[in-house]
Order: sequence, then C-alpha cells, then structure tokens
Amino acid sequence: MKTVIIKYNAGNVQSVMYALDRIGASYLYTDDVEEIRSADKVIFPGVGEASTTMNYLRKVGLDKVIPTLKQPFFGTCIGMQLMCRFSEENNTECMGIFDVDVKRFPGDTDLKVPHMGWNNITGYQTALTTGLPDNAYVYFVHSYAAPVCEYTVASCEYVLPFSAMLHKDNFFAAQFHCEISGDAGQQILQNFLDII
Amino acid sequence: MLTKRIIPCLDVKDGRTVKGVNFVNLRDAGDAVELGALYAAHGADELVYLDITATVDGRSTFIDLVRKVAHTINIPFTVGGGISSIADVSALLHAGADKVSINSAAVKNPDLINELSLEFGSQCIVVAIDTRYIETENGHEHIVHTHGGRKPTELRTIPWAKEVEERGAGEILLTSMDTDGTKAGFALELTATISGAANIPVIASGGAGNMEHFYEVFTTGKADAGLAASIFHFREIDIPDLKQYLHDKNLPMRMTR
Repeated sequence: MKTVIIKYNAGNVQSVMYALDRIGASYLYTDDVEEIRSADKVIFPGVGEASTTMNYLRKVGLDKVIPTLKQPFFGTCIGMQLMCRFSEENNTECMGIFDVDVKRFPGDTDLKVPHMGWNNITGYQTALTTGLPDNAYVYFVHSYAAPVCEYTVASCEYVLPFSAMLHKDNFFAAQFHCEISGDAGQQILQNFLDII
Repeated sequence: MLTKRIIPCLDVKDGRTVKGVNFVNLRDAGDAVELGALYAAHGADELVYLDITATVDGRSTFIDLVRKVAHTINIPFTVGGGISSIADVSALLHAGADKVSINSAAVKNPDLINELSLEFGSQCIVVAIDTRYIETENGHEHIVHTHGGRKPTELRTIPWAKEVEERGAGEILLTSMDTDGTKAGFALELTATISGAANIPVIASGGAGNMEHFYEVFTTGKADAGLAASIFHFREIDIPDLKQYLHDKNLPMRMTR
C-alpha cells in the first residue's frame, strides 16, 4: 500500500511520520502531484496559519488537485480547516470540500483560547472511530473550529459544540492531533490505513 | 469537557535523567525515553523534558533524545533548557518536540517570544516563569527570577505574565521558587491571579507533595495543568492513583484505565 503525506509549508509533520512508524506503516512525504494521485491513501496533516498555508497550496497548484482526489484522504488540524469553504483566520478562502465555514472561538467567555489539551469526542460513527471507547479523549490545539454541520461525524464541546471530525465521500478530517492523542489517536490512524 | 492535565517533568543531563528515580521495573532508571514511555503508559497527559546540560556536546545528545522520545511516545511533550534562538527551536521541533519552553532568553530578549510565535505558531511556544516573593522598594512583590531562581530580575511576575501572552506565548509554565521543593503545596494565590489575568493556559509547578495539592491547584489555583518531578520519580504519588483521586472529586480528567 502506498501512503503519501502531503508536503507543504505546515509544521509538525514530523510527529505524524513518527506515529506512522509506530504502527509500522511506510509512507512517502512528497508534494509531487503524480505521486499523490497514484497513492492508495493520502494524509494531509499540519499545524499552521490558514492564509499562509492556503497561499502555498495555490502557488503549487495543490488547491486544485486535492478536491479531485478519489482515494481515502485524511486531513488533520489545519489540514481539516483548509478542506472547509472558508476560515475566519485572516479571512481565507479554502478548498471547499466541506461546505462549512471555520470560525474563531468567541473570546468573551471565561474559557481560554486556544482550546488546548485533552477533550472528549462524542456521537461518532465513522470508519475511523471503529474500536474506540465511548467519549474517547484526544488532544486539541486550535483557536478556530468548524461548527457542527451535515458532514460532522464526531463532535466536541468547548465554548460551543464544534466538529471534531468531518466526513464526505472519500474525504475524512479531524480537528485534533491523532499523532499525539495516545492510544485513541493511534487507533484512528490505524483505522484510516485499514480502509479498503 | 477539556480536562486538567498532569505533567511529569524529567531533568536530563547528557541524555539521561538526573533526579533519582525509583521505578523498579525500569531496566535503566536513567533512560529518559523509557521513563517517559512509562509515564505515558501510566496516563500522564503530557511530558516536559528539561535539558540541564551546559555543554555543546550535551545539546546534540539532547536533540537525539528528543528524536527518540518523539518516536516512542504518543502524547505531547515540551522541551526546555537553554533555548535562546529561532535555530534552537527549529532543531527541537524538527526532531519531534511538540512545544518548546523558553525562560531566561525571554527575559533577556522579550522580542524573542514574538519572533518564535510568528515563526512556529503560539501553540508551541511555552514561556516558563520562575518567580519568588521578595522584599522590594514597594514592600514585598512577586519578582521574576532567572538562573534556576537564584537571580532576581527587574520584572514583576503578574505584568510579565500578561506581557508574554501579548507577545504570543501559547502557554505559561509558572514555577514558584518559594514553594518548589517544599512539598507543602503549590502557590495557589499567585497561580489563580496569573490564570485569571492571562487568557492562555497556565501550568503550575513547584510544591506538590500530595494528591490534595493537585486538587487545590486546579480549583483554588485555577491552573490548567499541574507539573511535578520528584514525587512522581520517587513514586510518592502514582499518576493512575492521582488521576482517579481527582476524577472522584469531579475534576475533568482523561482516564486511561
């Protein structure tokens, strides 16, 4: 099986590679369009700012390639936000795979922004959450989130309920960091690799 | 619900943990990777590795260690100790650290906080504040200290905490040098003040001696995370017991057993 991690200007991709190493999966880290198109699985991870990462994807043309991919595709953290229609982070037009807008957490509550730490996800029902205990805890670090919408397949609550995971056709996404979310995160990555 | 976090801190010199550890089932108690993996398996929510090596050789050993830790554990970890430049941070993040903690370098050059958060994102920039309540011209005040808490600076702790947030820190690691090592409990009042003043998470450190101290720091102290070293290393408190205790007292905890 050929798994590709998309190379772009987002940070923290190293942790995702280590997580794949831990479950014994091989991968290719590349921005080559042919390699990406011919992969069996595509992972689109990363930490970063929406406009900077989106501008980079436009520059190299990946913004047009990614929405046309047909194989199982998994975006996490900023990767998930870039798969949405729009992000309030520097008013960025994103790829629009999920027709939902990413919004900043309101700052006028007692709760701190960013939402940082372990929180439980609920109501999940996707191939990626197979085998997870109820209310699994996963690790979040973000200031922007997609509201609950028709594509939500797992939700979480911080200030307001928001989408922890999205799914549409071959596209999966998670707001949290599977790679550092303990056994639960590892299970989700394994489940993604196990999709036939 | 967002949980409170329990964070063991490991001091590392030349790639090995230095504070004595008392885990009989560890093959090598000085093996910082193995100890970290054990804490992760026990339900630690994050780890902090503090490099107390002073030499250049030791620093490259630390990078190797960071790489091994990142490869082995599946929870977030922060690294700190002697970090003073964008290049230092870049090397540690590329090796697989999730966050870096800066301390003296931020006091010396506060612009570094802005530069690092712009370059790498606030989420991975922790500013460590070592503080001591000392006599000043205004009576007694909380004053930021450097050099392991030995050297007072000109900075008052509470305004400094607000300033590091404004400059882009993603988290504050607050160590009270007054309570550190006493096992008499965290500095609750100061922690609550800083947690209320800053809109970023505060990790409380210094003074944990029993499980109730953690309960107090999460309630009265309003901390987001509690950090300790020797009480975990010497197994005076086992993390699974601590988390169960806090969970039973209705604090949000990530339970792993």
